[in-house]
Amino acid sequence: MNQSQVNRRSFLKKMAATSALATATTMFPGIAFSETFKDSFSDSPGVTWKKAPCRFCGVGCGVLVGVENGKAVAVKGDPKSSVNKGLCCVKGYHSVMTMYGKDRLTKPLIRKNGKLVESTMDEALDLIASKIKTTIKDHGKDSVSIYGSGQWTIPDGYAASKLFKGCLGTNNVEANARLCMASAVTGFLTSFGLDEPMGCYEDIDHADVFILWGNNMAEMHPVLFSRILDQRMKRGVKIIDFATRTTRTSMAADKSILFNPQSDLAVANAISYEIIKNGWMNEEFVRNHTSFAKGKTKMGYGLEEKYKFKDKQEAIDIEAYKEFLEDYTPEKVEEISGVSAKDIRYMASIYGDPNKKVMSLWCMGMNQHTRGTWINNLVYNIHLLVGKISTPGNSPFSLTGQPSACGTVREVGTLTHKLPHGVVMNKKHREFAAKIWDVPVENIDPKPTYHTVDMFRALDRGDLKFMWIQVTNPMVTMPKLTRYRDGLLKDDRFIVVSDIYPTPTTDIADIILPSAMWVEREGLYGNSERRTQYFEKMVDAPGEAMCDTWQIVQVAKKLGFEKQFPYTEDTYIEDIYNEYTLHHVGKKHGMAPLSVLKSQPGAQWPFVDGKSTQWRFHSDYDPACTKEGYDFYGKPEGKAVIWQRPYEPAAEEPDAEYPFWLNTGRVVEHWHTGSMTRRVPVLHRAMPNAYVELHPDDAKEMGINNGDMVKLESKRGKITMPASINERGIPARKMVFVPFFDEQYLINELTLDAYCPISKQPDYKKCSVRVSKA
Amino acid sequence: MPVKSYIAFPKEGKKSELISELNMLNECEAIPSESHDLVLVVTDTSKDEDKMLIDKINELSSLQHISFVSGFAD
Repeated sequence: MNQSQVNRRSFLKKMAATSALATATTMFPGIAFSETFKDSFSDSPGVTWKKAPCRFCGVGCGVLVGVENGKAVAVKGDPKSSVNKGLCCVKGYHSVMTMYGKDRLTKPLIRKNGKLVESTMDEALDLIASKIKTTIKDHGKDSVSIYGSGQWTIPDGYAASKLFKGCLGTNNVEANARLCMASAVTGFLTSFGLDEPMGCYEDIDHADVFILWGNNMAEMHPVLFSRILDQRMKRGVKIIDFATRTTRTSMAADKSILFNPQSDLAVANAISYEIIKNGWMNEEFVRNHTSFAKGKTKMGYGLEEKYKFKDKQEAIDIEAYKEFLEDYTPEKVEEISGVSAKDIRYMASIYGDPNKKVMSLWCMGMNQHTRGTWINNLVYNIHLLVGKISTPGNSPFSLTGQPSACGTVREVGTLTHKLPHGVVMNKKHREFAAKIWDVPVENIDPKPTYHTVDMFRALDRGDLKFMWIQVTNPMVTMPKLTRYRDGLLKDDRFIVVSDIYPTPTTDIADIILPSAMWVEREGLYGNSERRTQYFEKMVDAPGEAMCDTWQIVQVAKKLGFEKQFPYTEDTYIEDIYNEYTLHHVGKKHGMAPLSVLKSQPGAQWPFVDGKSTQWRFHSDYDPACTKEGYDFYGKPEGKAVIWQRPYEPAAEEPDAEYPFWLNTGRVVEHWHTGSMTRRVPVLHRAMPNAYVELHPDDAKEMGINNGDMVKLESKRGKITMPASINERGIPARKMVFVPFFDEQYLINELTLDAYCPISKQPDYKKCSVRVSKA
Repeated sequence: MPVKSYIAFPKEGKKSELISELNMLNECEAIPSESHDLVLVVTDTSKDEDKMLIDKINELSSLQHISFVSGFAD
């Protein structure tokens, strides 16, 4: 073999080893290999390594992408990244392979006489602009919409918001993060007045105990979970998994506690009850830094058409709060939750121990909840009662699911009520945005329109006529899917979909735009710990595939908004980011300059005087504080709110006809709906199809063996799929779990579109089904 | 000319023996975990040798189980 062949084979061996390493990491979170082995990846001749944030999940691992001959050929963890310290998960290691599936969309397609036919980008973008114009002319500005994603880069979301809210004058801007993070947002806003965690991943290196609230970190946030396991090896920290289903996380935890679905509300209150009863409350902290409030109860579940709800905050005192908690003694809550009074007292004792630093972590389990805002409030209550917050290792931490759910959807504000800084309802915020956007302030409508579920209902009803969908796959992910798919297929609806592969959503599109993916373009993401990260364009996109931001810019220009979208193809990402940072100037949310983000693996806002802020709301760490010690400056008088929120039942619970809970979620191998990761052979082989997990005793009673086909029926739909017993996870008795990554098994045809009335986030974790052997 | 990777699990107490036996095979590289009883195996063979090599590995007395992970063709 000549030298180049030797180099090539050496490189292939490293890639093969990387796949095995990634698989081993998946099987055994925290598994260690020698540094010499990991370092051996760095010397592949002919390969140039460039930094980027991973595009899968919200952790925001720093990766190094290996580029050779114009193709991304490898990935390794970036040892300089404080997020993952050189680690990667199985999706991260295989992330570049997701760009090279055989059926990448490379040309725009336009539906003509019922058939999708190839076109040019210019024709497709012209048609989109023309459809927007005629739809607005015929049906008004609120008949057009854009639906994006937590995988939108910051410039994608910013361009979308500026075009639709600032120029077209409609607040019909939403994103799929409504389906995963909205309750976290309203939880933060109601408790602290400002969104996003006060802590950071470095809390992991300081905490003594980790309590995971319905959070299967081993599969959903494997790199962070590895960091926790590493701390257990080094410092003997404890992990408590508090969940409705036994998972890989439960198996790795020091203690697994199962609770009945929805009853986390009651358990959280019982923990607070115990903290106060045992004198563990930090009275000085509570007196100086908190206030007490209650809101409306029995709010409903958003199931009615055009349902509206507005909470009303009412101040209460600590005595009223204590009286409220009398209904949540451990014994009473044991009845509701199935959690023993002993285990409730055990959890309370951990939070109450003044010598233990505690980190609470959660994600979809608490957020996809018809009382999602409440359960977020209740976990903050616990931390506030004991004063364990905003200091290293004392951290209630809401994890995100997508790479820029925080950076784009929450910070840029691609939700109907939001602006990059503030909300549309606030006149000063509208004026501020209008000035930067260079539009008349009257353009920005002061009224929010549709949140996501409502937006799809409006499409079904015909109140909305046009939707542009980018970087997401709602025809797999919407709850009560059949209604919304039928709605989008109605004759006078016009649907544009920008994506990289054919999906069930492109199936219903009138125009499909091929998108450039991840490092085929330039962009920025913002992760769960307020870290903004930049990535450059490293390889060319295939065919006519175009960056989503540039698609929007082009349509804006065609609509006549050249003045607001003066960007050129060479510098538009930089120009848009620089413009966006103007919205956040100041000590509370200042963003790092692009030059800084280009030079290092991200920076955390507030970025003040050249420094990231790791912990907010404490003067030792946060330059925005105006008084010594704690300062929850998002709220009046700098006081966080302890909320009185009761337990209320789920929107739909098992009954005689539908006796099982249905819980849905994800698996480590696949990203969301699997449209990318299922095209990677290693990942597809590792997890080829969805399944229904049953408890072994339930399976035995029904005569169901592993692999048997099982029929699931809800009031909304039915599905037949293979059984999984004692494999990946084990649900509680009378519960089934189905992952949603497989478009062959559309589990969301069975789920319910009930949502939290405050956050409007649907509950994918709880509805009732009938189960039988097929 | 396939390059393949596997995860191999040794019999109880036989991890060192398995690593030695794997490293004695010319077309084989063993990468042990420092924390678990598990070894990553990378093979580099001609097409004809590929099956013979995996047969040899399967015959190792220290091996409990081996799972294929990925394969690359040059």
